[in-house]
Amino acid sequence: MPTKLLLGDEAVAQGAIDAGLSGAYAYPGTPSTEITEYVEKSPQAREGLIRSFWSANEKTAVEAALGMSYAGKRAMASMKHVGLNVAADPFINAAITGTSGGLIVNAADDPSMHSSQNEQDSRLYTEIALVPCLEPSNQQEAYDMVSYAFDLSERFRVPVLLRLVTRLAHSRAPVTLRTRREQNRARLPDDPERFIILPPTARRQYAALVARQEDFVRESERSPFNHLADGPDASLGIVASGIGANYVLEAFAGEVPHPFLKIGQYPLPALLVDRLFHRCERILVVEEGYPYIEAKLRGLPERRSPQILGRMSGELPRTGELTPALVARALGRRAGAGIPPSSVPVPRPPSLCPGCPHADTFRALTEALGTFPETARVFSDIGCYTLGAYPPFSAIHTCVEMGASITMAKGAADAGIGPVVSVIGDSTFAHSGMTGLLDAVLDRSPITVVILDNLAVAMTGGQRSCATGRLEAICTGLGVEPAHVREIVPVPKEHEKNVAVLREEIRYAGPSVVIARRECLQTARRAKRPAREGA
Amino acid sequence: MKRDVILAGVGGQGLLSVAAVIGEAAIARGFFLKQVEVHGMAQRGGSVTSHLRFSDRPVYSDLVPDGEADLVLALEILEGLRYVHLLSPTGTLVTSTAAVKNMPGYPPEETIRAAVCAVPRHVLVDAPRLAEKAGSAQSANVVLLGAAAPFFGLPQDSLVGAIKRAFAGRAPAVLEANLAAFRLGLEAGEDGATKT
Ligand SMILES: Cc1ncc(C[n+]2csc(CCOP(=O)(O)OP(=O)(O)O)c2C)c(N)n1
Ligand code: SF4
Repeated sequence: MPTKLLLGDEAVAQGAIDAGLSGAYAYPGTPSTEITEYVEKSPQAREGLIRSFWSANEKTAVEAALGMSYAGKRAMASMKHVGLNVAADPFINAAITGTSGGLIVNAADDPSMHSSQNEQDSRLYTEIALVPCLEPSNQQEAYDMVSYAFDLSERFRVPVLLRLVTRLAHSRAPVTLRTRREQNRARLPDDPERFIILPPTARRQYAALVARQEDFVRESERSPFNHLADGPDASLGIVASGIGANYVLEAFAGEVPHPFLKIGQYPLPALLVDRLFHRCERILVVEEGYPYIEAKLRGLPERRSPQILGRMSGELPRTGELTPALVARALGRRAGAGIPPSSVPVPRPPSLCPGCPHADTFRALTEALGTFPETARVFSDIGCYTLGAYPPFSAIHTCVEMGASITMAKGAADAGIGPVVSVIGDSTFAHSGMTGLLDAVLDRSPITVVILDNLAVAMTGGQRSCATGRLEAICTGLGVEPAHVREIVPVPKEHEKNVAVLREEIRYAGPSVVIARRECLQTARRAKRPAREGA
Repeated sequence: MKRDVILAGVGGQGLLSVAAVIGEAAIARGFFLKQVEVHGMAQRGGSVTSHLRFSDRPVYSDLVPDGEADLVLALEILEGLRYVHLLSPTGTLVTSTAAVKNMPGYPPEETIRAAVCAVPRHVLVDAPRLAEKAGSAQSANVVLLGAAAPFFGLPQDSLVGAIKRAFAGRAPAVLEANLAAFRLGLEAGEDGATKT
């Protein structure tokens, strides 16, 4: 069997391609983006044998994947952890309707918030959806789990969550590939009524889902991804999931002397947990993210309840990602004592690329607001332009979650402060800004929405933006007066003109839009380079 | 045989290409390998790092454990210093003299040099100058690769082979410049290493 050097994300993608995937839907987000980039560049997608699509947002991605599953084919939707908040509605309700073709939702968590607003743990969503979850600890497992997850999904007719974390998503290792499976043929469900979840059906479906929970536990007990290994030293037992298991193995150079339960599939395998509980007085739980397993083990009504150690008991820190050193220390192993850290390095914060169009827009906006009272507020959103928070711009006052710029501006305007400006990227606008603008139009809110149209999803590496070429039509279509949908070109020589346009629209007492349009330098540069890179 | 390497630099310096070359050479020799990339907002001039681990036994952790790195290979001098605490007591810092001053408060060069010299085993390489000499300013990353070559425990020709494969399909002059860069780096590294 051939091997291939793959990132964790790429292993998921290759695993899906080899497991008969028909459709990959996604909205970009670190650290999940490379899954869909890989599918997109695959020969199968290029030849049109697999549909690969950047959806407007995570919710539309999961819905499209559910539609493909309805039609009998295997589909997946990929996103970063916070994307699952946006997609929570279809994800949870797909568990009620059930699936037909295999359906996987890939959620990549970002403990320590390397490039995120929070470090929420996607495993918790499976508690609401009542569906199985898989969590790979290495690239090979990531690859193997996809095929397994499609089968699980088709057998039990539920969506399956595949949870990744940054360090696996962005770590490369050789992966052994398997023979490719055929795609499913399109086939309508033979019991179509379960897809109309009016209360009577919904109640029936929900009861059936609840009844299947025991089956899911049994599956976990015989899963190849859950494994209890005995060890001579039962003074301590270890439960570790995902990459946490790697750190345990690292601490003992591969020879764990304690009973060791490795978790790769949820719900927890009750039988294996029980066995471990009977063997050990103390159990250390090593997991990336929330103390999810730990809390479950603490809550078990067991006859013998061992002492449970982990993030809740302080053996490991409650927040932030695990490191090999933290785990080694929790296991009572000495971590390597290296060279003392140097105090010389100062932080190198990310900053806008020199010449970035957003910089020109911020300069114009700051100057335009200079003639207004100091209570003027700029509600921003998420993207490269969030770096406008740092000097020399210090141009924005908020950044919360995608789309919040427009709706928070509306609420603040309702509260009577002003003037109020919203700053939002083109992709973020298409993701979840449009509905907020509709609210503002319906209420005639006195807000100015500056859409930073750099013709790309720049923050995550320059994917295609759903808004490109459509912004004016969308804004006027939503009901913004055509006279108050203006375009500016954010370049230094247009500065005065841009300031004037912004000032006029900020002064206007209804909803207005200023589209600042110039291509991202990075995507422009890549487009000019020979096609070699795309291979 | 096991090597834990930290690569450090700034977005756009070609750090991940160097990591790929080393990784390829290690795999070609039949080693187990894991390589983590940290490239968050790299395109905007932030720090980039990579953890590269290879061994004749399975590699478990994707990250190099603190205090266990055999080598910190830095394409930018301040970035190299940022990770010296990951070095084992016998580890080596191989760093370019290149300074990318794209943020406020960049420390004075003498301060940085003094801190580098305080690292028990270090090699300082004027990579930008040697890259020019090799015929391509872009090849500074490969100069550093050459300077660090003796520390990988890999035969030189397997690194050279990996460079050739990495530049296959590019203009022959580009490959030539990079091979020259590798050689110049190797010589400079040997000189630097004997001095310290
Ligand atoms: C729900 C959610 N999905 C994805 C992301 C990751 N993300 C943050 S901003 C962004 C898009 C940025 O594109 P755009 O608004 O066009 O701004 P640009 O970076 O191009 O300036 C993405 C994908 C996120 N933070 N939250
Ligand atoms: S990647 Fe593009 S949008 Fe982002 S800072 Fe650079 S030029 Fe600006």
